Amino acid sequence: MNRWSRFNIISVTLGFAFLYLPIVILIVFSFNESRLVTVWGGFSTKWYGTLLSNQGLMDAVWVTARVGVISATIATVLGTMAALALTRWTRFRGRLLFSGMVFAPLVMPEVITGLSLLLLFVSLGFDRGITTVTLAHITFTMCYVAVVVQSRLVSFDRSLEEAAMDLGATPTRTFFAITLPLILPAVVAGWMLAFTLSLDDLVIASFTSGPGATTLPMKIYSQVRLGVTPEINAICTILIGIVSLGVLTASVVNKCREVQRRRDEQAAMRA
Amino acid sequence: MAVEAAEAKIAPVSGTGKVDGGGFIQAVTSRLVIAVPYFWLLLFFLVPFFIVVKISLSQTAIAIPPYTPVFTASDGPSGWWANVREFSFDNYLWLTQDALYFNAYVTSVIIAAISTVLTLLVGYPIAYGMARAPQSLRPVLLMLVILPFWTSFLIRVYAWIGILKPEGLLNQLLLSIGLFSQPLVILNTYTAIFIGIVYSYLPFMVLPLYASLEKMDNSLIEAAQDLGCTPTAAFWKITFPLSLPGVVAGALLVFIPAVGEFVIPDLLGGSQTLMIGRTLWSEFFANRDWPVSSAVAVILLIILVAPIMYFQRAQAQAQEAGR
Repeated sequence: MNRWSRFNIISVTLGFAFLYLPIVILIVFSFNESRLVTVWGGFSTKWYGTLLSNQGLMDAVWVTARVGVISATIATVLGTMAALALTRWTRFRGRLLFSGMVFAPLVMPEVITGLSLLLLFVSLGFDRGITTVTLAHITFTMCYVAVVVQSRLVSFDRSLEEAAMDLGATPTRTFFAITLPLILPAVVAGWMLAFTLSLDDLVIASFTSGPGATTLPMKIYSQVRLGVTPEINAICTILIGIVSLGVLTASVVNKCREVQRRRDEQAAMRA
Repeated sequence: MAVEAAEAKIAPVSGTGKVDGGGFIQAVTSRLVIAVPYFWLLLFFLVPFFIVVKISLSQTAIAIPPYTPVFTASDGPSGWWANVREFSFDNYLWLTQDALYFNAYVTSVIIAAISTVLTLLVGYPIAYGMARAPQSLRPVLLMLVILPFWTSFLIRVYAWIGILKPEGLLNQLLLSIGLFSQPLVILNTYTAIFIGIVYSYLPFMVLPLYASLEKMDNSLIEAAQDLGCTPTAAFWKITFPLSLPGVVAGALLVFIPAVGEFVIPDLLGGSQTLMIGRTLWSEFFANRDWPVSSAVAVILLIILVAPIMYFQRAQAQAQEAGR
């Protein structure tokens, strides 16, 4: 039963082909000489050159990067706090409502989140722009951070924290000296997830942004509606490249740290 | 509250939550850890829903903001009361009068349901194969499932336009091998929406399925087979029932957002297809009718409230079990 049957191998292979083929095709055609995206006309990198001279696109990249970094950072702090609150305090007034508010945004259709946030900002009299997009992104990405960090906190060895507290460390000090370093991989993963979600978001940004705050997905969307062009393939390829590189680096770094930690533990055992 | 008391009984109270010996600063810090995210979500997640409800009861107006009444602090309580009396259910009445909205809701739910079943059918063999893969290979496979999730939703949907359109790659392939003499019309049909949803939401289905299949005890299946069960019977009697939590979690993660999906019907479904997310979007952006789009959102939320609550309960239970 444990062996990997041919059926299993085929289903996994087909599954991954389905997942990756469209992306591979998209990347391949970004290097197409021809303006037609579906007919191969020879290798060329000229579409990447035209991107750099597209001022509107570059502005959108800048807006997106700023929104992404700021919202991911604040979302990581808030999300980590939410995860701590949910795992460490099993009873406080309104905990049920709190956990509901943390999980609901994960599945909430984006059009609802976007519309409701926009109406909030209008009611509060906020000018729509980069600030409102950032606030909106913090709100929906912090819930993803909370879930990622929480799953790490649940499988966490509490005895180290207890030892630190027994030795006289205050809870705050214990958190920064013991807990945070141990959950750091999850916190970093949470930040990256928040950043990429912000980078990808079209619907919520469209509702909450105003003039002068066009994000990259909004720009891509407005161009996609006009038709498929190699320039869009090129900008998509760059985005995919950045995100994949980030994710792969993070996982390799994580792996190395784990190997190092295991080595340290073994050394400590021997000593 | 009864629910909280019951919850407290299940879960042991954790150490750091107690305020003994920590002193005043510690007490304040620990309160802040809860209070800051709590109030953030109250303000930016919960309160907005009440505003949506309020505006769904307002009238459209050619003004900024484009609805009346507008509450201002200077009105005072009597002015607010006058405003409240202006509220009406006209927008909801409007939704029932125009068959377009009703059809859009029904179509959205049906499309989401069919897509969820399709995603399950595609995702289950993948998750099953992954869970049966050699131990050393599993982290790589897991990584490969998660990676598309990190790449932009918009980009992944966009990638399908070039494949599905009449002169696209799929038709080129089908025509060149002589399977069809005419290019298939897939783009701008419901078929394209199904493909788009299955493709985009597949990782959401595979991950919970894999999680429940991977931790399954193999000896149960071996025992069933020793007792004369065929592999197929063993699968339906043991494997599938045990993977049900994963099936439920995956199905909800696909179904709920798919009902309100905007990007996929807009880019792959074309103007002919009717889904509520697109209706809401065009009411808001094209017609600038904020009250009606709010009413559309309220009804959508009412439709989704039961599955969302169910999802939350499943999440909370999984969390308690993992403790």
